[in-house]
Amino acid sequence: MAVIEVRDVKKHFKVYFDKGHTFKEKILFRNRNRYEERAVLNGISFSVEKGEAIGLVGHNGCGKSTLLKLMTKIIYPDSGSIKIQGRISSLLELGAGFHPDMTGRENIYTNASIFGLTKKEIESRIDEIIEFSELEQFIDNPVRTYSSGMYTRLAFSVAINVDADVLLIDEILAVGDAAFQAKCFEKLLDIKSRGTTIVIVSHSLAQVEKICERSIWIDGGKIRMEGAPNEVHPEYLEYMGMKRRAINHSAAQNNTAGNGGDKSEEQPKEFIAEITKAELTGENGNDSGKFRTGEKVSLKIHYKADPSKLNGVLIGLMFYRNDKLQCYGTNTQRERLTNFTLKDEGTITCDIDRLNLVAGSYWIDIAIRDNDMFAYDYKTAAVRFTVYNSVAEVGVAKLDHKWNFD
Amino acid sequence: MNIFKELYLYRTMIASLVRKDLKGRYKGSVLGFLWTFINPLLQLGVYTLVFQMLLKNPMENYYMHLFVALVPWIFFSSALTTGSKAVLGQANMVKKIYFPREVMPISYATSSFVNMLLSFVIIFAVLIISPIKIHPLLLLWLPYIMIFQYFLVVGVTMITSSVTVYLRDLEHIMSVLTQAWMYASPVVYPIDYIPERYRNIYLLNPMSPIILAYRDVLYFGKCPETKIIILIAAESTVVLIAGFLIFHKLKKHFAEEL
Repeated sequence: MAVIEVRDVKKHFKVYFDKGHTFKEKILFRNRNRYEERAVLNGISFSVEKGEAIGLVGHNGCGKSTLLKLMTKIIYPDSGSIKIQGRISSLLELGAGFHPDMTGRENIYTNASIFGLTKKEIESRIDEIIEFSELEQFIDNPVRTYSSGMYTRLAFSVAINVDADVLLIDEILAVGDAAFQAKCFEKLLDIKSRGTTIVIVSHSLAQVEKICERSIWIDGGKIRMEGAPNEVHPEYLEYMGMKRRAINHSAAQNNTAGNGGDKSEEQPKEFIAEITKAELTGENGNDSGKFRTGEKVSLKIHYKADPSKLNGVLIGLMFYRNDKLQCYGTNTQRERLTNFTLKDEGTITCDIDRLNLVAGSYWIDIAIRDNDMFAYDYKTAAVRFTVYNSVAEVGVAKLDHKWNFD
Repeated sequence: MNIFKELYLYRTMIASLVRKDLKGRYKGSVLGFLWTFINPLLQLGVYTLVFQMLLKNPMENYYMHLFVALVPWIFFSSALTTGSKAVLGQANMVKKIYFPREVMPISYATSSFVNMLLSFVIIFAVLIISPIKIHPLLLLWLPYIMIFQYFLVVGVTMITSSVTVYLRDLEHIMSVLTQAWMYASPVVYPIDYIPERYRNIYLLNPMSPIILAYRDVLYFGKCPETKIIILIAAESTVVLIAGFLIFHKLKKHFAEEL
């Protein structure tokens, strides 16, 4: 059953050059009312099933936040329709309607009532809300005495305890300290497991990957790609990397043009780092691309780089089975390996003591990215290999085990 | 109608906005909540001075004739003046979160209504002191008149508050319009001043039958005419429906206009 049904939604904004709000201005200065129609959304359709979590990704200004505002009914589409069933709670703007002179407790009542909760419903939740906010000692103090962290913690606690059927979230998991963030995250997963439908707009692809089953990549007011996050995000990152390189490149070109122009420096794509070759070898120099389950293998990534242009570096790996199932992924940032950099040319080796994959065909995606996750280079299926085993195990990974029959 | 179901769900929000408004209305002033009572009394003083002392109005107990009309009038005029800012004043919330927008004019009108009810305490206090007799059975008409006046004020607030979002001038036009409207209603003078042949047009002003009814019940001590009773219900309901329709049409672009 679709809880959210978005059908062919279009939205234009009138961008006024200088808007008149009064009679005089409206009549006398007709010119001031000139505006430009800017299309923000250009026919978007998708639906979300009950209990599903989806992430909306895209660069700044692509229309994803507008889409979220349309879904909360703050603004309305020019054409098309949006149907949402059940109670909506939006974590778009935390603490809207908070009154600084009222106490935390009073503000919980006001704020929760804005989400459409009745007094009875609020009373049944208030202990939970206060406990979640960790503000027990301060709850009867006026909110103006709160730090901004306490303020958002209180607001988040209210919004997340509404027990909505649909939760809309815009970049909010930057609430409070790391411990509280982790708690919010847990809570979100908990809420999701209870069948709440969630829509997230986030720049943190990692967050989307952790919560969502599906990502929708919006570009120029249209859906550019839709699918599992692990399929959409690499494409998105690659596209963003290219886009940024294009921007850097044109900036660089402008510079050289200013200097009289040194044509020999021109390159089609700005080069920062590149994977030249990747190879997987097994025991005794086995380079056949066929490995036994549990064999000791070593992945060698040969690269070229321009160390002067690096803005941090991380190496990412993702093992796929040939039916696109993600088997294992990691990167050096996740493992907190930050004390390395790239040379002009070199090799990075990743030793895997036991290749614990069951028999099947696999490939590895390899990426070199900067600190903002923009890909310098991304090689899909940089290495392909097959795994064989005499034991007919099923599944993905072999868990080392021993039987014991007493 | 979906909107009424939704408004019912949001009743706690309406209640909390009303409470916030009543609490905040005289915040910071020395006399605080007492202003709810002092304000109409002062206005009564001014009008009595002008119309009874200066203009030598011969009417018996003129101040009471005026007072029972003035308090309901203050309630109505609030819909025109400050009520026109009911949406503008909540711009922050409108731009950021969803709630049925009707909540704003409704809670504004409701808090003005509560204010009027409190002022009625003063009316009764003055009535008891004055030589005018109170007829307890006639007072049963008050809830009827008050409820329809409340509907009228909700309707008018919906119109003024939504139109003001698009046309900010309305705020200023309203202060003049309010004065004109007061003199077009039987607040400071009795209906006898209006020539017979204009009466029907005069009664199309929804405040006219309402004030006449208040005055019949509280001042003249008689039951309002059937025609007046019907007009009150009919005109208020029409304005209320018009208010909902206009508001519904205009609310869709609030967030973009604010």
